[in-house]
This record gives sequence, structure tokens and C-alpha cells, in this order.
Amino acid sequence: MDALPRAAPRPHLPAGALGLGALLVLAYGIVPLTGTSYLFEALLTPFLALALAGLGLNLLTGYAGLLSLGSAAFMAVGAYAAFNLSLRLPGLPLPASLLLAGFVAALAGLAAGLPALRLRGFYLAVSTLAVQFFVAWALNRIGWISDDSPSGVITAPRLVVAGLSFDDPRGRYLVSLTVVTLLTLVAWRLVSSPTGRNLVAIRDNETAARLVGVKVARTKLLAFAASSFVIGIAGALWAFAYLRTVEPAGFNLDRSFQILFIVIIGGLGTLRGAFLGAGFIVVLPLLLARLGAALLGDGFDSGTLEMVQRIVLGALIVALLIREPAGLAALLDRAGRRLGRRAA
Amino acid sequence: MSPDLAFLIEVVVGGLLSGVMYALVAIGFVLIYKTSGVLNFAQGAMVLFAALTFVSLTERGLPFPAALAATLAAMGVVGLAVERTVLRPLVNQPPITLFMATLGVAYVIEGAAQLAWGTQVHGLDLGIDDTPIDLGGVLVSRFDLFAAATAGLMVALLSAFFRYTRTGLAFRAVADDPLAALNTGLRLPRIWSAVWIAAGIVALVAGLLWGARLGVQFSLSLVVLKALPVLVLGGFDSIAGAIVAGLIVGAVEKVSEVYLGPVIGGGIEGWIAYVAALGFLLVRPSGLFGLRAVERV
Amino acid sequence: MQPALRLVRTGRDGNRPLLPGPAPRPAAVPAPGGSPHRDRAGRVLSVEGLSLAFGGTVAFAEIDLAVGAGEIHAVIGPNGAGKSSLINAITGLYAPQAGRVRIGAESFARVPAGRLAALGVARTFQNLALFTGLSVRDNVLAGLAAARRAGLGAQILGLPSARREARAHRDAAEAVIGRLGLGAVADRPAGSLPYGLQKRVELGRALVARPRLLLLDEPMAGMTATEKAEMTGFIRAARETSGAAIVLIEHDIGVVMRLSDRVTVLDHGRRIATGTPAEVQADPAVIAAYLGLADGDADGDAAADADTGAAAA
Repeated sequence: MDALPRAAPRPHLPAGALGLGALLVLAYGIVPLTGTSYLFEALLTPFLALALAGLGLNLLTGYAGLLSLGSAAFMAVGAYAAFNLSLRLPGLPLPASLLLAGFVAALAGLAAGLPALRLRGFYLAVSTLAVQFFVAWALNRIGWISDDSPSGVITAPRLVVAGLSFDDPRGRYLVSLTVVTLLTLVAWRLVSSPTGRNLVAIRDNETAARLVGVKVARTKLLAFAASSFVIGIAGALWAFAYLRTVEPAGFNLDRSFQILFIVIIGGLGTLRGAFLGAGFIVVLPLLLARLGAALLGDGFDSGTLEMVQRIVLGALIVALLIREPAGLAALLDRAGRRLGRRAA
Repeated sequence: MSPDLAFLIEVVVGGLLSGVMYALVAIGFVLIYKTSGVLNFAQGAMVLFAALTFVSLTERGLPFPAALAATLAAMGVVGLAVERTVLRPLVNQPPITLFMATLGVAYVIEGAAQLAWGTQVHGLDLGIDDTPIDLGGVLVSRFDLFAAATAGLMVALLSAFFRYTRTGLAFRAVADDPLAALNTGLRLPRIWSAVWIAAGIVALVAGLLWGARLGVQFSLSLVVLKALPVLVLGGFDSIAGAIVAGLIVGAVEKVSEVYLGPVIGGGIEGWIAYVAALGFLLVRPSGLFGLRAVERV
Repeated sequence: MQPALRLVRTGRDGNRPLLPGPAPRPAAVPAPGGSPHRDRAGRVLSVEGLSLAFGGTVAFAEIDLAVGAGEIHAVIGPNGAGKSSLINAITGLYAPQAGRVRIGAESFARVPAGRLAALGVARTFQNLALFTGLSVRDNVLAGLAAARRAGLGAQILGLPSARREARAHRDAAEAVIGRLGLGAVADRPAGSLPYGLQKRVELGRALVARPRLLLLDEPMAGMTATEKAEMTGFIRAARETSGAAIVLIEHDIGVVMRLSDRVTVLDHGRRIATGTPAEVQADPAVIAAYLGLADGDADGDAAADADTGAAAA
């Protein structure tokens, strides 16, 4: 596949080590003390889960250049795997079942990626769609996956880690935050490792990558596995920490597009991009609702909101792809540089 | 004829006829892919937009021909606008970028169509009753026959267009070799515009037929998902491939739904076509017609 | 004789003020003009009767080519003579219909492209094939992909073995970056560099693995005279430091004559001559091929050729 938009793939985490430290202090120290339930439940927890899913998809699409339209399916695999693990192995600690759920999702990702050994480009994207539809079907039709609940709805177990209950909005936020922090660290190690370099090499020029000795097939499968591992755990967080009760329809094609949009808006091929994009996606409907209500008053119902949101999202995607393929991350970098120049 | 066999034939014929409808959507993709290398995911949104516009206009009292003409014009404008504002600034970008852009376009069109015309389900009556007719012991839907005939007419018109008109010949030249076509002085932008308008018209026809079948509502834009396996099987760049593959996919879907569904559970039509098309491609990477390189993307 | 002289002259004119005299030929280079089978032991690359066609179109047919360690072997010929196809076949991107490619001790009907780096072969491409989103340094580091031993887990956990390897690779890359004068741009994305520098990065990516066989497909196409002079120096230095066998496709006849130990001339997919630059220059078949190309066009087809390369870039 051809190169994706030229995003600088060098991870930016160490550059902003100070800022990152400040962010962690804020997220672990200040927010849990001052935040309201609304902040945790409606904003931060979904933001974290979506950002993690975006991070996972970015490994595949942003770094390795392989387009996937099946992210929601991998989220679903992670969520339902975690559900089954906690249901059938009651003694299993939560971190372990999250981890194992990630591995189950990685297996699903491997299966989805197998056609990548023979197919490229759109054909591969279509094969990820096949996974999307197959998983949706399986969740609805195969009873034991949802413990034979009607229409596949599952309810998450209580969040308890090492005897401590995290089963309140703040606790669920802290669990999500910790999982996301750890996985972001791993993802950062991955993309800044030689293997991460190989991912980008395949994206930018597969033939040249093969000739310098990159094991192309193996690396592509690895991208699928790593990506779906992360997305699977994001799905488990989505189900366990955010929604608590999920139905298969929550992991439909629209969710896959949403994750893809997060990555495009935030910035393909950057780790920060997933967070910026997820933040945008979570905040956008709230902003639009406020704005619409202010402008139109009562005429702005939820149906209108949804349509306006669709239009804004779509237009933004197009505009970013045309003007700034590296997304909000690049815009932010540029703004930062300008500020830096002014300060100097 | 044994009843089992008659039933099988009925299933296959029903599948083939709905396959024609798939092919109709797929052709819209092929037109654009052939000339500009874009897999236009917004084709489904265009189908929705066309059907919704048409049905809303008739509901507001416009007579059928006037509504048709107005919708046709609207589709031309939409096609042209997408080509001008989205595709042209992105020319020479990687296919994956173009594809994601059309995803954005799909969202805009879907949102705009429903914002303008509302989200409720509209019935669309083309005046063809859906009573089955008996063809030698096999029951066939009259509507399906009509749809198949319309699709056939559409394909014939497109073929004539490409064979006998200047723009059509230019289109073929561009499809064969864009660079050479550019060098010989063909004006690519004009051809792209023409192709997007043509895709808009194909979307209108598909929208009317699908809308009459399913009702005009948001899910109409999901017919794009029915077209993708057809494109995988027949090739993104072959009209003939789209038709043959459409028929195959339609038949495979119906047959497996009827005979495989009871064994592994119903509702498999959502993915069986994908699995079949991809499976075929894994066995025969060169696709249905054997000429096209799968790796062209 | 006249046309051959002209070939040389036009090439020199482009570069004369910038280059020292012709390089002394290293003594290690095997005697020119021999059959490819005669001295197999010293050969790094032997191409034997290689033929390639696309459908009905013959790219090249029955090509023999032998290159020894430390030898710079130029492959020249008019556009469409099959030069790039030959390199693509040697690197396994194309599957030849007949003949064999021997690299070191191994002989292939089709070279496995994925094992190329492990076989000690590296190449550059006629049209750039850089990893445009990676920095210059990472592009050069990518040239060591085949030499990597540390597993993914070791890389992520930062185990000592992985860190040692990463440090060694980084040192190797820095050395190449320094040699090629890329230090100032090492952190820039490769795709953001000017064309001439990108060509150099590609050479760096090929050199960093210390290949035994280096295939350069028009490394100087589209370059200014200054850049060509620098690139000539880099190629010569690469041969001296690593002793690699180098196959060079180049249109600038002046560069070819000065840089190469032996020259193979292709025309319409056939090998019409192999020998020292002087021998090839005097070869009637070569003169005829280049005359045929000039065909009434009075002055300097070689110059025109080189210019075409520049214009195409």
C-alpha cells in the first residue's frame, strides 16, 4: 500500500517529558480529588477508552499503513472475552482478565490479518469489514458468548483489584487511566523500537522494506495482532468501566468509523493523535448541543444534533485530509513552535 | 421437475435478480474507480440522497417526471461538488487517503440529506406491483424482473455511451492510461466531472429501485456494503465484472441463506458474501477475469 | 572512432572542473573480458543466460554478467535497453524466464527478494524508494533490518541485548551518515529533503549493512554536476572501504568511463559488449548502437541522454 500522509513517526513522548509528567500529576492527583461524577462518567472514562482504541488502530493504520474498518469488532471481542473470562473464571484477577481479553482480541486480529499476506489496499480493508460483520453476527447468534442473554446484552462484573473496589465513577476512571497509561507506554516502546521502524518502512515503501530485510508478512501480522490487542482492551474498558451494560449493536460499523475518525482527526502515525482525536470526538457533541441550543433554541433536538454532528465530522475529515493530513497533532506542534518562537 | 429442484431454481433466480440490484450499486463505484482510482465509499450516501430527495419531492406534490428531473439535477450538482471540492484537491494522494476522504463525504451527504428531508421512513411506490409471476413452475417477483430490466437498460446505455460518444471514448482512454490521455490533450478534470455526474445518475436509479424495495431511510446508504463483495469479486475497475460478480454474489447469498442458514444460524447474509468473495480471491488472486493485478492499489 | 570519442567527450564536459583524474584501477580486479565461468571463486555476482519478458515484450535476453569483489561494473545502454529490469531481476523483484543468478556461493532461478539483505546484497532505486515518513537516521537504520537479532519483547522491555544491538546499529548508521555528509539533516524526515540528498540517503541505507554486492540504479540521475561529483566520490569510497562489488547503471558516459573497472553494454535487451571502458569505447557494436540512437541528430546523444535523466527527475 502506498504511503499514508507524511506524519513524523518519531514518538514525541520524551520531548515533552515534563508536560507528560504534569499531565500524569493532573490525571492522578488533581482530577480524582476535584472531578465530579459527570466528568468521570460522561467525559473522561469514554475519552480514555476511545483514545486507547484510537491508539491501537493507529498502530495498524497510522504506522503500518494498513486500513482497517473492523476496529469495533476487535473492541467487541475484547469486551466479550473479558466478560467470559470473569464469568467463567471467578478467581481471575481483573488485570489478568483484561490482559487475556487483549490476547483473545489479538488472535482475532491475526485471523483478520491473514488475508494481508495475499491481499493489499482496498481488498484488505474489505476483509476487515468481513470480520466486522462476522463478529456482529456471532455475538447475536452464538448464545454462550453472552451467557445466553437475550440479544447478546452483557453486564460487567464489579471492578475489584487486589481487594480494593473501584466500582464507582472515580474508581472506574482510575482503572481506565492506569490501563491506558501502561498500554501507551508499551505502544511508545513499540513504535520507537526497530520493529516500529519496520512498520513505517512497510507503510512508506513495501518493496524497499522487503529488500532491506524487513520480514514483511510477519511484521504485518504483528501490526494486526498488536493493534487488536490494544483495541480489544479498549473494548473491555468500554464495556466494564464506561457502559457497564453493552449490547452487540454498540460495536457496529459506525463505531469502527468513529475510531478511524479519531485517528484521522488526531493525526495518523502519532501516539498523541489518538488522545487529541478522542478528546475531540467526546467533546464535539456537547459543544454542538450547546451551540445549537443557543442558536436555535428548542428546534435543536437530538435528531438534528446527530445529523449536524455527522456533517461537521465528515467535513472536518475531508478538510484535514486536504489541509493537514497529520491532524490535530501537527496543528498543535505548529502552534507550539510559533509560541516558542515568540517567547524566544 | 421435482419440488426440491424447483425450489432451488426459485432460490437461485431470486438471488440472481437481487444480484442485479447489487451490480447496479457496484457500477457506480466502478465508474469512478476506473477513471480516478478512488474507491468512493460515498456512493451509498449518494444512493440515499437520491432516493430521499426524489421521494420527498413527490410527497410535496411534484409529479413523477418533474421530481425525477429535479433529483437528476441535484445528483449532478452533488457529484460535481464532491469532485471539485474533495477529489481535485486530493489528486495524486495515496488511494487510502482518497478512500478516507470519501468516508467523510459520505457522512456529510448522509447528514445533509436527513437534515433536509428528515429521518422518518418513506414509502416509495414506482407503480410496479410485487406479485410473483409463474415462469414454467418457478415463481419470480415481478418487481425483481422490472429492476433487472432497468439495470440491464442502464448497463446498455452506459456501454453505448462509452462506445459511441466523444466523452465516452475519452473516459475509456483515461481508464486505460491516465498519463497518456493527459499527454494527448484530453481534459481530465472535465472527464472526472462527467464521471461523477454519471455516478450520481447511477445512484439515482439504484436509489429508486432499492428505495422501492426497502423503503427510503438511512439504511439505504448501507447498500454500499452489499456492493463491496461484488467489487472484490469482479474487480474495482470492470463494469462487466461488477455485473457478473453481482449475479454470483446474489445467488450465493440466497442459496447459502436458505440451505446453510438453518445449519449455522440465520442472518448470515451480512458476511457470507464477504467471506465467499475473499475466499475466492485467496484462491485466485487475479480475480474473476484473471487479467487484473490485485496488487494495483 | 569518431562517435566513441564523442561519447567520452560529452560526458567529461559536464564534470571536468569538479573531478580529479580517473581513479587508479585497483590491482585486485580480475582480468576483464573473461567468460563468467572462468573465475567463479572470485565472483560475487554471476548472471548466466538470464532472460526476462513481460507477456510478449522482451525486457532482456541471455544476459551474462560477472562482477568480482572490489569491482565497479557499469551497465550502460540506451533507454529501454533493459538495464533496470536486469537489476530488478537480480534483486528478485522480477521472475526471469530462463538463466540463473549466482550470488556468492548460492545460485537461483529467482532470487528470493526477502533474503537479499541476508545474502549481502543492497541496492538503490532508479526512482527513489525511501521511507519518506522516517527520519534520515531511521532510513539508514532501516538498512540494518536484516541484521537485527533482538526480539520484539527484548526491544520493548529494553533488555541489555537489545540495547547493545541498538547502540551498535546506531553507531554504524552515524558513521555512514557522517561519511555521506548527512549529519545536519539526520533528524529530518527523508521525504522533506531535496532530491539530491534523498539519493544520498538511499545510498546510505544501502551502505550501512556493508553489502558484498551493491546495485546502484542510476544513482546520479537528475543531479547537478556538483552532486554527481560528490556521488562519484562516495561510490568510489564505498568500494575502497568495503571492497564491495558494485553494479552501476548510469547514463552519464563520462562518469561511467572514469568510475568503472568494466562496462557491459546492453542494447534492446541484448548484451552487445563487455570490457574495460577503453575496450567498450572502441567496440564497433557499441558505436553502432549509440549511432543508431543518435540517428541524424547531429550533436552529443550521450549528453542528451544525461539531460533526459535530469529532466525526468
